[in-house]
Amino acid sequence: MSTAKDRAPGPAGSGLNDDIGEEKRLALYRSQVRLRDAEQRAFDLFLQNLVKGTSHLSLGQEAIAAGFAEAMVKGDLSFCTYRGHAHTLARGVPVEKVLGELMQKDNGLMRGKGGSMHLTSEEHGVMGSYAIIGAHLPIACGAAWRAQYRGDKDVSVCFFGDGTTNIGAFHEALNFAAVWKLPVVFVCENNLYMEYTPIKDVIPIPQPAADRASAYGLERILIDGNDADIVYRTAQKAFARARAGEGPSLIECLTYRHSGHSRADPAKYRPEGELEEWKKHDPVKLYRERLKQFGVTDEVIAEIDASVRKEVDDATEACKAAPSPPLDIITTDVYADGGWAWRN
Amino acid sequence: MAEISYRDAVTRGIAQEMARDPDVVFLGEDVAKPGGCFKATVGLYEQFGGVRVRDTPISEQAILGAAMGAAMTGLKPIAEIMFSDFIAVCFDYIANEFPKARYMSNGQTKCPLVVRTANGAGSRFGAQHSQSVENWCMMIPGLKVVAPSSPIDVVGLMAAAVRDPDPVIFFEHKSLYNSKGEVPDGEILDTLGTAKILRPGKDCTIVALALMVPRALEAAERLRIDHGIDCEVIDVRSLVPLDTKTILGSVAKTHRLFTVEENPRLCGWGAEIVSIVADEGFYDLDGPPVRITTPHIPLPAADIMEDVVLPTPQRIMETIRRGLGS
Repeated sequence: MSTAKDRAPGPAGSGLNDDIGEEKRLALYRSQVRLRDAEQRAFDLFLQNLVKGTSHLSLGQEAIAAGFAEAMVKGDLSFCTYRGHAHTLARGVPVEKVLGELMQKDNGLMRGKGGSMHLTSEEHGVMGSYAIIGAHLPIACGAAWRAQYRGDKDVSVCFFGDGTTNIGAFHEALNFAAVWKLPVVFVCENNLYMEYTPIKDVIPIPQPAADRASAYGLERILIDGNDADIVYRTAQKAFARARAGEGPSLIECLTYRHSGHSRADPAKYRPEGELEEWKKHDPVKLYRERLKQFGVTDEVIAEIDASVRKEVDDATEACKAAPSPPLDIITTDVYADGGWAWRN
Repeated sequence: MAEISYRDAVTRGIAQEMARDPDVVFLGEDVAKPGGCFKATVGLYEQFGGVRVRDTPISEQAILGAAMGAAMTGLKPIAEIMFSDFIAVCFDYIANEFPKARYMSNGQTKCPLVVRTANGAGSRFGAQHSQSVENWCMMIPGLKVVAPSSPIDVVGLMAAAVRDPDPVIFFEHKSLYNSKGEVPDGEILDTLGTAKILRPGKDCTIVALALMVPRALEAAERLRIDHGIDCEVIDVRSLVPLDTKTILGSVAKTHRLFTVEENPRLCGWGAEIVSIVADEGFYDLDGPPVRITTPHIPLPAADIMEDVVLPTPQRIMETIRRGLGS
């Protein structure tokens, strides 16, 4: 399915623009800038004590969220982790809705009832962000089972980190999906650290996901997760395979998170110079250069940057002005009748 | 009207719902071609085919996770966990995923599914295949929990569980699979959250669940014959929602309360019922509420030991007789 060419970092400037096209490339760029700015804003608001609870940023990992989301069509489903802001935004959820939830305001996606780790927007195909490692891989299988059962053509896409590959649910889900030939795509974002411990210290193989694919009869797919073009092409192939009834894919995307695991983590466990080295391969920077090599003008790029900045600025102001959620929703939606009654 | 077994009632209840609604699908370990480890799903594969009735790998997390994903996106799955003890290996779905998705998403996410599982002792299987774990599920906001004691209730409550828009954990009792009862022909649909007064009485209220129901009824009959004590026996049937009105109404009439629970004593469902009665029916009571439970021990395998630890009709009878001072 995936060729050697896809797995290598894109030969920037050398490729033709025909398979992706300028319109999609501009969308990929806009999406990455939007994720970068929104996440950076979330971090800044945290420093101002305006983002409460925990938060897990995807700074540095934007190409994966953007590349997969841009390859999805309406009706495709995303299943995310607690590091899910980027995947949620990439499906088109307004920045205000996400920042509002992080700031625990009434304008948040779930009006403060879920928090940063559980972003959900079913109208955008975001079927939840799951904070128990591995839990959503079987759930994505179930959504894919429904598609298979009904003959629906949507694909379920499940994102998770490298640390997830050591939990039981990962292996149960991979086996289940492969045996039932489900239209589900598993996307491992290998950012080299599970939380604080390097993933290489806790696996007996070099690549946590790719090197396990063969155990489930799947192709080994390892790509540069910081190159949105490669991510996009790989996603398209996996989706086509899923829609054709050929079963699941497991894709390992190499990337690096610029921030710590969560807001409480200064990431001091990293070797000196590692972050700087990866920042040379920053997905947003890389893609900006890519656009220029394809002849996109500085003005067009600046226009995208400015309009994204405006959305993030406007969202920030709206969230600062938004009220806290009303306390009467504490007891709503425990059960399907809208309430919380467990007795008569 | 025909007399059928509790085991066959499981098949009938599932078949009734699968025939009614093409969105109902059924998955689990050995449930399809083999007809279930307890033979409680024999014939469903033949009747509805391998697309709707599916054998899975031994992967309890995959079973419950897949059921949830299917439920979230429009199907009405019934998932089997072969022994209720195995809930412990997939408890994340029962404790963290099914019951919290709707709340955390501010009402966006639905999770209409049924987990049916063989619960309880009596088969001499030892501490990991005999437990009564209904109280593990009762304590979680967002779940519904049902445990029928008779074939007719199995059919009717299964239908209610499948049609319910919330996740329902459906406890079947292993030692009841062979029991029989009259079940009317045609569609049967019961209501979750309703207890049944199986035997009216005036001297005390006995509240029981699942296998403890026939034992409570037997104790009540012997108390009447041997001691002239007139017990009211209530089958709780549904722990969540809990029909407290029926229980409080009964205690207001009999003035004494006994719970008969197969779960080990600590945090058993009877403790919650006693607490509610103490809060809201205290002045109706003429004496302390009494809980008759399995002791706080893992279940032993040997028959003579297992028989001693579960509440028996004899123990129920003696405890009530002593409690009433007769």
